[in-house]
Formats: sequence, C-alpha cells, structure tokens
Amino acid sequence: MEDAARILQLIVNGAASGCIYGLIALGFVLIYKATEMVNFAQGDIMMLGGFAAFSLITWLGLPYWVGGLLAIIITAAFGYLLDAVVLRRVIGQPQFAVVMLTLGLGFIFRAAAGITWGYDSVGFNTPFTNKTVDIGGLVLGEDNLSIIVGTVLLCIVLYLFFSKTRLGVAMQAASQNQLAAYYMGIPVRTIFSLIWAISAGVACLAGILLSPVSMIDVNMGGLAIKAFAAAVIGGFGSIPGSLIGGVIVGIVEQFAGYKLPAGFQEVTSNVVLLGMLLIRPQGLFAERMGKRV
Amino acid sequence: MRHLFRTQYQQDIALFRHNGDRFWYGLLMLVILIAPAILGEFYIGELGGVFIFAIAGVGLMLLVGYTGLISLGHAAFLGIGAYVNAVLLAQGVPFLVTLPLAGAFTALCGAAIGRPTLRMSGLYLAIATLAFGSIVGTVFQKWTAVTGGFDGFAVPTPYVFGIAIEGATGIYYVSLAVLVLVLWVSANLLRSPTGRAMVAIRDSEVSAQSMGIHLARYKTLAFAISAGMTGLAGALFAHYVRYLAPDAFDVLLSVQFLTIVFVGGLGSLRGAILGAMFVRLLPQFIAIVRDDLPFGIGRLPGLEPSLFGLSLVLVILFQPAGLNGMWLKAKAWFQAFPFKRQASFRRQKSYARSERLR
Amino acid sequence: MILFQAQDISVRFGGIRAVDSVSFDVHDGEVFSIIGPNGAGKTTIFNLISRIYPSTSGRLIFEGKEFTRTPASQIASLGIARTFQNIELFPNATLLENLLIGRHCHSRVNFLSELAFLPSVRNAELRHREKVEDVIAFLGLERYRDSLIANLPYGVRKVVELGRALCIEPKLLLLDEPSSGLNVEETEGMGFWIEDIKKDLGITVIMVEHDMSLVNQVSDRVMALNYGKVLAMGTPQAVQSHPEVVKAYLGGEVESAA
Repeated sequence: MEDAARILQLIVNGAASGCIYGLIALGFVLIYKATEMVNFAQGDIMMLGGFAAFSLITWLGLPYWVGGLLAIIITAAFGYLLDAVVLRRVIGQPQFAVVMLTLGLGFIFRAAAGITWGYDSVGFNTPFTNKTVDIGGLVLGEDNLSIIVGTVLLCIVLYLFFSKTRLGVAMQAASQNQLAAYYMGIPVRTIFSLIWAISAGVACLAGILLSPVSMIDVNMGGLAIKAFAAAVIGGFGSIPGSLIGGVIVGIVEQFAGYKLPAGFQEVTSNVVLLGMLLIRPQGLFAERMGKRV
Repeated sequence: MRHLFRTQYQQDIALFRHNGDRFWYGLLMLVILIAPAILGEFYIGELGGVFIFAIAGVGLMLLVGYTGLISLGHAAFLGIGAYVNAVLLAQGVPFLVTLPLAGAFTALCGAAIGRPTLRMSGLYLAIATLAFGSIVGTVFQKWTAVTGGFDGFAVPTPYVFGIAIEGATGIYYVSLAVLVLVLWVSANLLRSPTGRAMVAIRDSEVSAQSMGIHLARYKTLAFAISAGMTGLAGALFAHYVRYLAPDAFDVLLSVQFLTIVFVGGLGSLRGAILGAMFVRLLPQFIAIVRDDLPFGIGRLPGLEPSLFGLSLVLVILFQPAGLNGMWLKAKAWFQAFPFKRQASFRRQKSYARSERLR
Repeated sequence: MILFQAQDISVRFGGIRAVDSVSFDVHDGEVFSIIGPNGAGKTTIFNLISRIYPSTSGRLIFEGKEFTRTPASQIASLGIARTFQNIELFPNATLLENLLIGRHCHSRVNFLSELAFLPSVRNAELRHREKVEDVIAFLGLERYRDSLIANLPYGVRKVVELGRALCIEPKLLLLDEPSSGLNVEETEGMGFWIEDIKKDLGITVIMVEHDMSLVNQVSDRVMALNYGKVLAMGTPQAVQSHPEVVKAYLGGEVESAA
C-alpha cells in the first residue's frame, strides 16, 4: 500500500514536470512546424515570462490571475516583436544560422535578466504554493496539480483555437504550404509572427506554472534540453505528441531518481533522447516525408 | 587587380596561389615564430590559447562548414582528448605518444557518434550531439576513479626528448606546431577527392550519392577527423589549464566552438583562425575597456556573455559570411580601389530552402 | 547488344503504384526516349534505376548483371550516370569542383595518402583534371570554369549538369528532361550534344523528355508511359500516332481521323 502511494506520487510529480517540458516543447514544435526554425531561446523566453509575472505580482502588487494573464500577453507581444524585427531577416539562411542566432539571443536574454532582476532565485505568491489536497488518502501538492490542470486547459484552448477559429486554420495552412497560403490571401509573415507570439505566451505560462515548484532564476531556461527530448519523442510535428513526450520524460526521470543511484537522474532525459533518436527518430507520432528529385 | 595567368594544372592544385601569398604567409610565420622574444608572457599565453582553440575550430569547421553536419557537443571531444592525455601522462606514458593517442581515441569516439547519426538531418543531429555532449560531461563528473570528478585532475608536465614543456612559451610553440600540422592536413584533404566529397554531401546528398559518394562512409569520416583534431586540441588544452575540472566541458564551450566557426566564416580555414582569435580575445578586450565604458556598463555582471550573444546576432544578421567574408571584402575593396562598385557586396535575395526534404 | 534491361519493374508509395510492371530493353549505342504526361512515372523510373528509391518488385539488369539491390552510391562505378530534372548541382562550389566531383567514382587513392597529399594523390588529381578539361572543351564551358554555380544562369547550369554526368565516363547516361527551361536555340544545341554523345563518345542514352521536336530529332526508339504503365514502344513516329498515346495527352474524345 505504501509502495503504491509512493509510485503514484512519482507519477504525479513526473506528470507535472513532464507538463512543463511538454509546454516548452509545444513552443518549439509550433514554431518548427510553421517556419522550420528551431528556437533555442525558448527556455529563456520562459524565464523572461516568469520574471515578468514576478515583477507584475510582487513589484506592482497585482493579483495573481491578473498579473499572470498580463505577463502572458506581454511575453506574447515580445515573441511577436522578436520574429518581426529579428527572425524575419534570416529567412533563406541555412538552418544552423537560425540555431546560432537563437542561441545568441538566449545569451542576451539571460544577461538582460541578470541585470534587471539579479542572479538570485525569486518566487511569488500563488494560490497553490504550499497547499496540498487529499485525494482518497493520497496527499498531493496543489502546485503539481495546478501544472497538470493548467496544461490540460491550455491544450483544450489551443485545440479549439486551431480547429475552430479562422486564425487558427490560417495558421495551419501557412504551416503546411506557405505559397498556397499566400495565394489564398493569408498574410503569411504576420501569421508566423503570431505563431511566435503564441509560442512565447505558452512559454510564459510554463514559467508561471513552474514557479511554485521551483523558483524563477536566470538559468531556468536550461530545462529546454529536456523539452527537446519531449519534442523528439512526440515526433517534432505534433502538438499532443510533445505533451505526451514531455510526460513520458518526466515520469521516467522521476523513476530514475527513485531507482538509480544518486546523480543519474539528470542524465536520464539525455539518454532517453539519444535512445529515441537512434531507435525511432521519427518519434512516436510522426509524419513521414520524402523528396521528389 | 591581380590576375593569375595559369599555365599548368599544378598551379590550381598548389596550396598557395601565387608568390605574393607565399611571401606574406612566410612573413607571418616568421613574426609568429619570434613573437615570444618580443611579447610578454601574458600575451604569449593568450596566443597559445588562441592556437589551441584554432585547432578545435579547424576540426569543427571541417564538419560544419565543409560537410554541413552540425555538432552542438564538440566540447565533449575536447574533454575526451584532455582527459586521455592527462591520464596517460600520469601513468608515465611519454607525451609524444599520449598526444597522438588522445587524438586517435577521440577520433574513434567521433566515428562512434557519427555512425548512428547518419540519417539525421540538421535539427535532429544538433539535438543528438547536444545530448551526447551533455552525457559525456556527466561521465566526466561521475567517473571519479579516472577523472577525479570535481576534485580536479592535476595535469603532469610533458617532456619532449627530455625537455620540459612548461610555461607559456612551451605551450605556444607546441600548439603552433600542431596548428600548422592540422592546417596542412586539412588543406590537403580539401584539395583531394575526400574533401570534395564532403562539400558534395553538404550541398546535395542525393546527387552526391549518384556521383558514387558513399554517404555513410564520408559522414563518419568527417566526424572522426573533426573529433580527432578537437581531441588534439583537448590534449594541449590540458596543459594550458594545467588542472582539469569536469564542468569546463559544457554546452557553453560547445557554443563557443560553434561561434568560432560561425563568426569566423563558414567554409573557410582562415575563418577558423579568425574566429578563434575573436572568441579568445573578446573577453580580454572587454576586460581592458570595461572601466572606460560609459553609464557604468562595464560594471554590470553578465557583460561578457551578453556581448558574446550580441556579436553572434549581429554577425548572422549583417555579415553572414563572417570575419572571413569581411576579410575578403576588404581585400577586394583595396584591390579594386578606387573602382568599388555599388552592388559589390550586396547580398542576393534568397528563399528558405526546406530542410525537411533533403 | 542489349545494354540495359528493366523487367517488370514496379514501385509503390503507399497505395499508389507510381511504376507498374514496366519492362523495356535498351540497346547499346541507341538513344531511347521515355515520354508521357506529367505524373506518369518517368522520373520515378530514373530514380529506380539509380537506386535512389528501392523498387518493390522486378529486376534491373545492366551488361547482363542484375543490380536490383545495389546501393545508390555504387551505381556510378557500374557506369550509369544521370542528370536531375531540377538540377542538383553543388551551388557553393565552382564549376571545376562540380565536375571533379563527377570523377569521384574513378578515384583510387587511399585516405591516409590524401592527408599527406603524396605524389600518388597529386598525379591522380592531375589526371582527373585532364579528363575534366576534355569534358569542358566538349561542352564549351571554358569561360565558366572558376565561377560558382550559384552565379551561373540556368541554361549554363543545365549544361554543367550534363558535363558532370559525362565526367563519370558512363556507358549509360540517363537524361531527365534535358530541355526543360531552355529556349529554342538552347534546345537545339542540346539535341546536337546528345547526338555527339551518341556518335563520338559512344554512350547509350535514356532520355525523359516532353519536347517532341527534341525527341524526334535524336531518338532511335521511344516508350510512352501513363499512370506508371507502358502504353506503347517503338519508333518515334509510331508511338506518337498510337491511339492510346494520343488519348493520354489529349483526352478521350478525339475521334482520330489519322
């Protein structure tokens, strides 16, 4: 009985951290599907979003929900500007130019954050901090649950957005065939900037959800490496795939920490990633593509 | 404008295109050789570091710039070379043996990571090498029996024919010798069928295959050569820092190597050297001008990485051909002076080429 | 003498039969053209012959030996070269380097000797360069020798693509739409080159083409395809007036009075 409780705890923790990885991976995948660019600064945008929320809630004293929502909007606007001002200029350059560019941007973001907010970890009061909930005799942290619930809600919102709204359908079209979308009158470049905006907003949400569990600090973008594992498992083309991938990585990590000797937990996600790439590189839910020569 | 009148195919194959080049490079070599007699120990030490990073840069340039395979984990190869060299030296193996052994072992590791990643395209390869680099970093930390983990590993002094190689000058000359060797080997490779095969793989895998180029073989070879050169740099790096710590070989170092290749100018050996100079000397430059910067910018923490990132961003946006590109443009400007044309250096409009379908 | 045979060659992509039981022979020294509407499977056949796609059934035989499972990178050393419909040259290399890459299958040097650029490597390089210069002279590309491919106009690139295939010194040359994108004069020029390749170099040519004047100018025999299946095979005139071929190009309502 106790063992089952322990395992359930691990699963919930793993699912929670997995949701965060999945959210960051979601940001990667959204941008990659549309523009074939990989945003290596995604984790750092999450960090900036978290700090923005911190500033709004702690410095300006706004209530949690208002501050959080405002932070998401501000971060989304930042993502939009990033694409419109910087990323648009590198269309046509090979893929690793974009990799290097976003890596460089990550450096700048981290330095700017360090200057603005300092290098210590900060946190802010959320309705879920240090609260627990009792489900059938099992005590679970509300912070972890909030992550899972928040992620599920976001997925529903995104699903409805992409399938039911005109803008969402236009985004799907632009992702699949830019030229055809242009001919249909879809403003492709604006759409791509909007996709960056959504991606940034999702990253900010991830940061906000994460803050009760692990504080916000300049280097929290390092989680992005684990998000890569999530995205790869999901096949890098599929939104539900990224989340499932994230949850898998999160849960495997938790069990690794439990069963393996100390210090091996951190390497788990990398091993899973390499393993996936070697055994089934197209991920679990992949599209197969070929080229006509 | 210099126009070369060539009467023999030999002239196209030769390493230096004309006597002017030979003269200037010869002069450069002379200056570099006598530099320790003129410059102080600090500068010689810094130049030694530049040489070491240039060796790694050439290695990575062959992989990224010429074969088109990206690696975000090259710091791992530097570390492998460093630890193999140091550990063997500590066992009493002579330096003249440990140095090539470090290179050879690292080359094997490169082949080992190259083989399974053969079918991976740019993005996945980047992620796989990132994961690989991370895992190797963890191995350095955890395998304390061999590496000493976070306690560090003191690197013994190497001896060549009974002479101790220590101090800035010793490292300077040894690194210079290895750099010249690596450059010569790379130049030879690039004018041979293998070098051309690598360029073919970068530009069009399908037609490379139709020309008879065996993709798996050449990609693995490219990884092996690249890793081997970086391993040599690692062995020298061990003597440069004299005390190995496992967290020195992290993602940030891999990004520095990529910056060397990128800011230097993809697809040129000169670019690797210029890039190494840039990456090594930027921190020194910042340290010197720090106090003179207005608005107290110099006193801000995180100035270095932000300038680093900023230079990456600026190069990609405005000078994608890197320092090598700027060098060539400057040369062309001087040679054509005063007849510079308006559109001489304007970039052509280019369209995104899908990487999904290579 | 039959140089090349395709026996019941087929390939399926999911449920689509891109090439459906196609059989044909190509005789030594002839120019054999494959025609058909777009999407008929012509380029797919080339991709099967150069082994870029694996076939799902059937056999490919060259000089009497089967090569149905040979890897793509060994096709060049068999003596089969091809050009690509959408020009797959190496844009960041010079014309000379592109053609030299075509010599790769004839390279016999050892990797270690390359590292030191031993005299054996140097001499091999000079020999390759001579052969490449022969091709450059044949095609009249001297003035573009040191230009980057990215800087060359489309018509010239088409010719370079042909040159690169010739550097392989093939016995069988697969030309994929050699006249696409060329104007009338350039197409005629291409026709003369194909004739020279056949007569002076003795190379057998299989050509996929849409331009009927070029087909009539150079071909010995023609095969028409539609929906991956063979419609007709024979002399250019016979195939072009075959009722099935006419129907495939023009539609089924034609009551042919010819």
